[in-house]
Amino acid sequence: MIRTEEMLLNVGPQHPSTHGVFRIVLKIDGETIVEANPVIGYLHRGTEKLAENLQYTQIIPYTDRMDYLAAMTNNYVICHAVETMMNIEIPERADYLRVLVMELGRVASHLVWFGTYLLDIGAMSPFLYAFREREAIIGFLNEISGARLTFNYMRIGGVKWDAPEGWIEKVRDFVPYMREQLAGYHDLVTGNEIFLNRVKGIGFYSKEEALDYSLSGANLRCTGIEWDLRKDEPYSLYDRFTFDVPAFDSGDAWARYQCRMAEIEESLKIIEQAVEQFPETGEVMAKVPKIIKPPKGEAFVRIESPRGEIGCYIASEGKKEPYRLKFRRPSFYNLQILPKLLVGENISNLITILGGIDIVLGEVDG
Amino acid sequence: MVNDLLTSPPGWIHAAIFLGLGACLLVIVLGFVTYAILAERKVLGFMQLRPGPNRVGGRFGLLQTVADVMKLLIKEDTIPKAADKPLFVLAPVLAFAPAFMVLAAIPFSDHLKFSDLSIGLLYYIAISGITTVGILMAGWASNNKYSLLGGMRSAAQMISYEIPLVVSVVGVIMFSGSLNLTEIVEGQKTVAYMFLSPLGFIVFLISSIAELNRTPFDLPEAESELVAGYHVEYSGFRWAFFMLTEYVYLFAMAALTTVLFLGGWNPVPFLGFIPGIIWFALKFSLIVFFMIWVRGTMPRLRADQLMEFAWKVLLPVALLNIFVSAVVKELFLR
Repeated sequence: MIRTEEMLLNVGPQHPSTHGVFRIVLKIDGETIVEANPVIGYLHRGTEKLAENLQYTQIIPYTDRMDYLAAMTNNYVICHAVETMMNIEIPERADYLRVLVMELGRVASHLVWFGTYLLDIGAMSPFLYAFREREAIIGFLNEISGARLTFNYMRIGGVKWDAPEGWIEKVRDFVPYMREQLAGYHDLVTGNEIFLNRVKGIGFYSKEEALDYSLSGANLRCTGIEWDLRKDEPYSLYDRFTFDVPAFDSGDAWARYQCRMAEIEESLKIIEQAVEQFPETGEVMAKVPKIIKPPKGEAFVRIESPRGEIGCYIASEGKKEPYRLKFRRPSFYNLQILPKLLVGENISNLITILGGIDIVLGEVDG
Repeated sequence: MVNDLLTSPPGWIHAAIFLGLGACLLVIVLGFVTYAILAERKVLGFMQLRPGPNRVGGRFGLLQTVADVMKLLIKEDTIPKAADKPLFVLAPVLAFAPAFMVLAAIPFSDHLKFSDLSIGLLYYIAISGITTVGILMAGWASNNKYSLLGGMRSAAQMISYEIPLVVSVVGVIMFSGSLNLTEIVEGQKTVAYMFLSPLGFIVFLISSIAELNRTPFDLPEAESELVAGYHVEYSGFRWAFFMLTEYVYLFAMAALTTVLFLGGWNPVPFLGFIPGIIWFALKFSLIVFFMIWVRGTMPRLRADQLMEFAWKVLLPVALLNIFVSAVVKELFLR
């Protein structure tokens, strides 16, 4: 009789596929995972606590560093929360700019996911192709905000900068180009037999489990639930655009992949319409007091970030700093299902499952 | 010349000549490895929209690999405390030596060959199997869990893929009636065996990529899962030895494929005036390019899928190929 032994394998925090400083302690039997214990917090910076000593406008740059792949949505959620408390009316042009940069950010974020996911699975080239397109988007965002990743672009009451001359035209031309490239990705990856074998049926969970674990974004829509805050609780100008909420039934990594790829297309649709409807002239900043002091009370807003529902709760005492600020960070919630999904899986599937959840460690650790 | 030397009585001069020839071959192969690495990086760069090496040695990066090797040579030689020291030191050598030994049996043109073994093919397969031991040893001796997993995967993979690899060449052996690589090439004067035994060719090509541990079969060193697999703990020139093994095998395997299926140095009809060695180099480069191309395109298989593919798909197809080859031989080559 051969004596076998379970082995403790420490994956991360320095590991190529944990997308940052995520650590997971595995108990493995051969290559099969018996138990998985995630350890988080390596990137914790105490954003929420820091915010208690900052004025509202000063908090915005901190949000850039949470979900650094889609910083525009983070910018938006804090501004949106304060604006809701203070009942500030946003100029139309500013709102269109916000939608444009958020959707561009969503495409960029999904492109990073697509590239790194394929890199995790072992294909090198899609990563570089995806980054070429992302580079174009980052160029646009850089032009409008002056930064490539940590934009600090939105302000309470509008946006900091108006679009430079020719920017809207460039974005308009980008949409058909991106569609063409997307078709190329599908040619290269989507039909690949090895890729399909790697993702189909991997990391399955049901609708009920997804709801129990409070998953959101593509992780929820992959089980067939059509829930997208842009559609179901429209904020900003999203009720003015026609777009679909892609949802797939199979609940596995393959559905998550399809979901995100389809979301890129939907975002492109929104960008196209926003560019068309973009007002010729107008203010980009509402009239707001110099020092922002929301009235005493509390507010919670939630919007759809590329990773799921991002929420912002503010408790105000009527001072220029918040009494308490809390972000509902979607990556953190989505990650909770991981230990359950990993039990009984192969180590190779660990990468497929973890990658499929699409976490950003800056957001997980806050 | 070699044959005269082999039949004449042994002496110091002969020993010196053989040593010189061996050194010659080593230099040629190392030269190939140097530029194969550069070619791989350049071709991948071209496919992936980036320039590749372009600083050291002019704008084509001609000295990049040389610089890399120099860097590895002068690196600190580290051996982990918990490692099994003798095995740790022996493993890279054990992995590399067979990679170079197999080259002795491969004929590059009708004049340029180092030993005309009557069982050249068998020799190649038998010797190349030793490398698996080196890799498994490296995985075990490092005393690192990732290495161990990589080593285990590697052993399972190499053993599984050697079987379809060997079975797929049975068709070729039946056509040529010989295990001697020179005679196999001579047998392809009129038509290359890849046309007579296409099934065998495909199975051989796939298994050879798996034997080389290259994408999509690079599980033993799957960098996204096992960090670097069996050579996680290796650094400096010991690590370089593993890389060297990989590329020397690329050289050997591409040469073997050329010999077995692409007709070796036999020219394409009507272009016989071009010397055989150039034909060999052309066909050989084609295979190397193909492998780089596959690396640029494919994702990686999963360990269990890899095994399934070897045993449930490749092996039956390879067996079928024996039957088909027999029928073809009976019907067309009598």
